[in-house]
Amino acid sequence: MRAPLGPLDPGAAAAAERLAATDLPKERQLELFRLLQLNRRLEERLTNLYRQGKVVGGLYGSRGQEAISIGSAFALEPGDVVAPLIRNLGSMLVRGVTPFEVLTQYMARGTSPTGGKDCNLHFGDLSRGLVSPISMLGALIPVMAGVALASKLERRGFVALTYIGDGGTSTGDFHEGMNLAAVLEVPLVVIAEHNGYAYSTPTGRQMKIRDLAQRAAAYGIPARIVDGNDVLAVHEATRRAAAAARAGAGPQMLEVKTFRMKGHAEHDDASYVPPELFDEWRARDPILRFERHLLAAGTATRAELDDLAARVDADLDADLEAALAAPMPPPERALEGVYEPWPGSGA
Amino acid sequence: MTGETVTYLEAIRRALGDAMAEDSRVFLIGEDIGRYGGAFKVTEGLLDRFGPERVIDTPIAESGFVGAAIGAAMMGLRPVVEFQFIDFIANAFDMIVNFAGTNRYRWGQKVPVLMRGPSGGGVHGSAFHSGNPEGYFHRAPGLKIVYPATVDDAYGLLREGLLDPNPVLFFEHKYLYRRVKGELPGSGHRVPIGKARLARPGRDLSVITYAAMLHVALEVAEKLAAEGIEIEVLDLRTLKPLDDEAIVATAEKTGRVIVMNEEPLTGSLAGEVAARVAERAFWSLDAPVTRLCCLDTPVPYSPPLEARYLPDAAKLEAKVRELLAV
Repeated sequence: MRAPLGPLDPGAAAAAERLAATDLPKERQLELFRLLQLNRRLEERLTNLYRQGKVVGGLYGSRGQEAISIGSAFALEPGDVVAPLIRNLGSMLVRGVTPFEVLTQYMARGTSPTGGKDCNLHFGDLSRGLVSPISMLGALIPVMAGVALASKLERRGFVALTYIGDGGTSTGDFHEGMNLAAVLEVPLVVIAEHNGYAYSTPTGRQMKIRDLAQRAAAYGIPARIVDGNDVLAVHEATRRAAAAARAGAGPQMLEVKTFRMKGHAEHDDASYVPPELFDEWRARDPILRFERHLLAAGTATRAELDDLAARVDADLDADLEAALAAPMPPPERALEGVYEPWPGSGA
Repeated sequence: MTGETVTYLEAIRRALGDAMAEDSRVFLIGEDIGRYGGAFKVTEGLLDRFGPERVIDTPIAESGFVGAAIGAAMMGLRPVVEFQFIDFIANAFDMIVNFAGTNRYRWGQKVPVLMRGPSGGGVHGSAFHSGNPEGYFHRAPGLKIVYPATVDDAYGLLREGLLDPNPVLFFEHKYLYRRVKGELPGSGHRVPIGKARLARPGRDLSVITYAAMLHVALEVAEKLAAEGIEIEVLDLRTLKPLDDEAIVATAEKTGRVIVMNEEPLTGSLAGEVAARVAERAFWSLDAPVTRLCCLDTPVPYSPPLEARYLPDAAKLEAKVRELLAV
């Protein structure tokens, strides 16, 4: 199934700002483009599956925020460790998670990464440098401070990176983890996604400050504010933050300004969001902006981009077919795997 | 064996030091554990011996440093968390129950972290320095819980806990720290997790207990032996997973069971043990399985109130006579 990207919307084109400068070669920029397309088109397929009742739990999307996950994870080294949150599908795709894994996980199939034991993006794989998300927001900040501590203690040179939303920065764990990371001077990068809403609660009801970056100052952590809908800006800022952390400068934070273009989850119609906000941010869509940038800069031709997107779609069609054919888990699996096997030393 | 007599506290310190000397991945993290040596001096001397990267003082942030220990454990290190008082484990509940306890099941990731701290009452510490939190964690999947009562088990369970690849809660009874003494075992000593210990064989009635209450049970057993009453005392040592085999065996042997522990009665671990006895040894029982626990109140401060709150030898003796009369 071929789905060309279509002509540029003139209104949106007029609203598009220039993207940040980059020294990424063409192939790397096209890979970014492919990942952005994959992120969005995979989520569109998941939405269809949800409406068909094939996603047995909730569905959480990242529409409008894809550039953050992908731009940041794309800036890391292979040995670095990432802990995504529910809107960081893109980070997982960068680290090699396959659409088949995501599709089977959402559909609770026996061949999913957790064998049907957990839902949505709640899986990890340290061989790919991925720590599983957890629903308790803020908890991953201390955990990833500890991952970074392991790097520091054993002089392994890797960086730990995780995400937090504007709502998540209200938690005690965010505070404890940021402060601890700062005091222990560990190589941690925290990407704070300021997307306007925590479920239905706007940022103004969440905190009395304008910028999440202000929080970092309280911990003595350097923070930068970045346009979260500019994949090149996110990439470059993360590259610098990771380099500083790796060089021993301690934890680093980025506040990325963006907007959540759907409800908290698929079941949420986001009726509490003023429609003009959606209109305003639709014009800043990170994928269309990057596409315009690639064309305007002469980095890629329309035919190249259409071809890339078409290949993403064709691959997704095949993945979807395979995922739909995957079996449900055997019930007895519910009993398995609570403990890591350990025979014990004997008396 | 070493021929050296040490306290329960010293056994824990030696186990930590020996584990750190043998395995460079073992490090300690907690509040005031470095220069100060910890609120009870359990880690005294370890900073000088192993340096600040192996004995890490943290800000006051239980959830923060437990989370960090979990993260380091996932990356292959063997962190040992110290809670200054075990009551503060409540501040890290989410990290332990929702993260450490579920990772292996959810996504196959082991979390070899050991968390320890001074527990229990009898020292006039009141509500926030006397608690026994095992009941809060007993129903949480994925955790192991041990609670030694002797020098031998304190050393052996701690060393074993630092080999086990699962999250282990290691509760230390602060009343026993300097009161219980014994011969320090050799550095190769390990006590398997999941195995109870028959602390005293008997014929007439079983007391199933652990930690400080073990010593109460042994005292009563010794006293009543003079009257020809033979009480069997089972020291659980491991609270999760429970040693069902040993629990059922003693119940079938004596037919009369008192489960005694130092938690408020309602929802205590004693209830779970009693349920297992009732389910699996009912037809061997000559009397109802009975619990002897604390009052359903916060731990009170004043000595007469705390004495009323805690199980003790007199209360146990009365309960034993009551059951033997059935």
